[in-house]
Amino acid sequence: MHPWLPFEWIAAIRFLREGRMQSLLIIVGVGVGVAVIVFMSALLSGLQGNLIKRTLSSQPHLTLLPPEEIARPQQPTGQTALRLQKQAQRLRAIDQWQALRERLAGWPEIAAISPSASGPAFAIRGDARKAISVVGIEPERYTQVIALDERLTSGQLRVGAGEAVIGIDLAKDLGAEVGDKLRLATADGRDETLTITGLFDLGNKGVNARNVYVGLRTAQSLLDLVGGVSSIDLALHDLDLAEKLAQRIAAETGLTADSWIKTNAQFVTALSSQRVSSNVIRFFIALSVAFGIASVLVVSVIQRSKEIGILRAMGATQAQMRRIFLLQGAIVGFFGSLLGSLLAAGFLMLWQLMARNPDGTPMFVIGLEPGLVALAAGGASLVGILAALLPARRAAKLDPVVAIRG
Amino acid sequence: MADPIANVLSLVGIRKSYGSGEMESEVLHGLDLTLRAGEFAALIGPSGSGKSTLLNLIGLLDRPTGGQLDIDGQATVGLDDTGLTRLRGERIGFVFQHHHLIPAFSAQENVAMPLLVARGRPDAEMFERAGRLLEQVGLGDRRHHLANRLSGGQQQRVAIARALITDPPLVLADEPTGNLDTQSADRVFDLLRDFNQRQRTTFLIVTHDPRLAARCDRIIELVDGRIVADQAVSRA
Repeated sequence: MHPWLPFEWIAAIRFLREGRMQSLLIIVGVGVGVAVIVFMSALLSGLQGNLIKRTLSSQPHLTLLPPEEIARPQQPTGQTALRLQKQAQRLRAIDQWQALRERLAGWPEIAAISPSASGPAFAIRGDARKAISVVGIEPERYTQVIALDERLTSGQLRVGAGEAVIGIDLAKDLGAEVGDKLRLATADGRDETLTITGLFDLGNKGVNARNVYVGLRTAQSLLDLVGGVSSIDLALHDLDLAEKLAQRIAAETGLTADSWIKTNAQFVTALSSQRVSSNVIRFFIALSVAFGIASVLVVSVIQRSKEIGILRAMGATQAQMRRIFLLQGAIVGFFGSLLGSLLAAGFLMLWQLMARNPDGTPMFVIGLEPGLVALAAGGASLVGILAALLPARRAAKLDPVVAIRG
Repeated sequence: MADPIANVLSLVGIRKSYGSGEMESEVLHGLDLTLRAGEFAALIGPSGSGKSTLLNLIGLLDRPTGGQLDIDGQATVGLDDTGLTRLRGERIGFVFQHHHLIPAFSAQENVAMPLLVARGRPDAEMFERAGRLLEQVGLGDRRHHLANRLSGGQQQRVAIARALITDPPLVLADEPTGNLDTQSADRVFDLLRDFNQRQRTTFLIVTHDPRLAARCDRIIELVDGRIVADQAVSRA
């Protein structure tokens, strides 16, 4: 007998050990339930993390734009306008953007800030003309928001005066390579000839065919936004807070703030409904695990009623009896979760082997995080205790006279 | 009997009834009984006379419907379950008819159980004491055997050792020899007698066996929930 263990622990362990088959079966039962929950959780978070990462590889978490221009009828004329024509939105700069950048730099939620000047233009090379977006950036800031430097397929990310980085699809359309010249022209007649210094692939064909990255100054002069920027892109520490933060910034600055959650509303809805349905499944698995533990313990209380009566006659209190059975629930839950985590790790390895891209590389990497295992162990122990509440109550309330006679 | 402290057990007007309303039936009809320290008394009576009910009341496993019940000078009426349990654990030892050991524990652990329950954690001293008691009941070499590996007589001797480990002033034995052959029964009885004489432990023994009753100091006879006879055994 271990001198450091309290009486209730000793009794709980002895009882479980004595009911060998019963204990083993219920631990395996809990283990299977936990394995499914852990496997599902790991799979889902791997899948969603991967999807979000892919989606955000070409999008900032949050984009600040100048406020929308609204037509306001002059006051009051006595005549009511029958129809208010919406104003066409021209390209404008964000007011006082340097001051704003300084202010936002102090916000702890924001990881990086990148101003850019962007607008429409044509890319012209020989006979080919393509409608594109000129995006003027400060590369050292921009790469903190979108990892453009990691997505280069050739050349380098250099956008000094007279230099541009274009997507692989645009390069194909224009038949251009690194080192070739490219002319950009805007609708109102300004134009600029640039050298292609790099090609990128952001994993999105639209972006690859449209974005032409140039230096901020080049874009400002092309787009007639001298000294100004048309948008500010933000990277956040916590993706999920994007929408909340967008609303706060919009309220404080009067700018339009678009979070990735809003711009990808359907995608985000799909992710969250996936999460909800998996939560429902996990909840019901946990429930059936709890019922399994409870039913085994209820039977055990009946089987052990005589022993419970003896212990009560020996001076064991109701609280002690209750704890003995609560502990049995917790122990079953805990060991079940360890077994379940092992099983889940096995499933995951198997899954990694089976789920492959057509070229044989793993579809995406999912790992069993220690945090998830700890959570499963804690959760299963808690479920075990909850499941044991009713049997433990019965054990405590057992009339020792009846129990001993029985 | 003047000094109430010397009374290990005192019952005044104890009643017990089961059921309620028209279904109510009284099993014990106002019993008065006193046991002094060191007494060795037999409780006899036909089946259904209320012996077991009385023993459960004295053992604080059940509560009387009316009357006063003092254990070792302490009133028990009005105590809550925890209070009764504590008093039971400290002052009363039980020997049941059907051995009633806990099979998942060894002989020594079973003997130490009342101390383990009271102290909450095992310690060397309680096992030392349990070992000594097992020696006294002649089972020193069986202390690490699981309870259900022992014979009936051995189990009952373990149960006696268990009843005595807290040095209780009062030990209640419900047909302690009822399930044993004559030889084992005599041995168990001798053990009880031995502890009674050496430690002045008070014993109240329920028995059907007139031969055993005759070897006690006092015989209390219960019939239909009333004490009909209570006399000292005279030895020639």
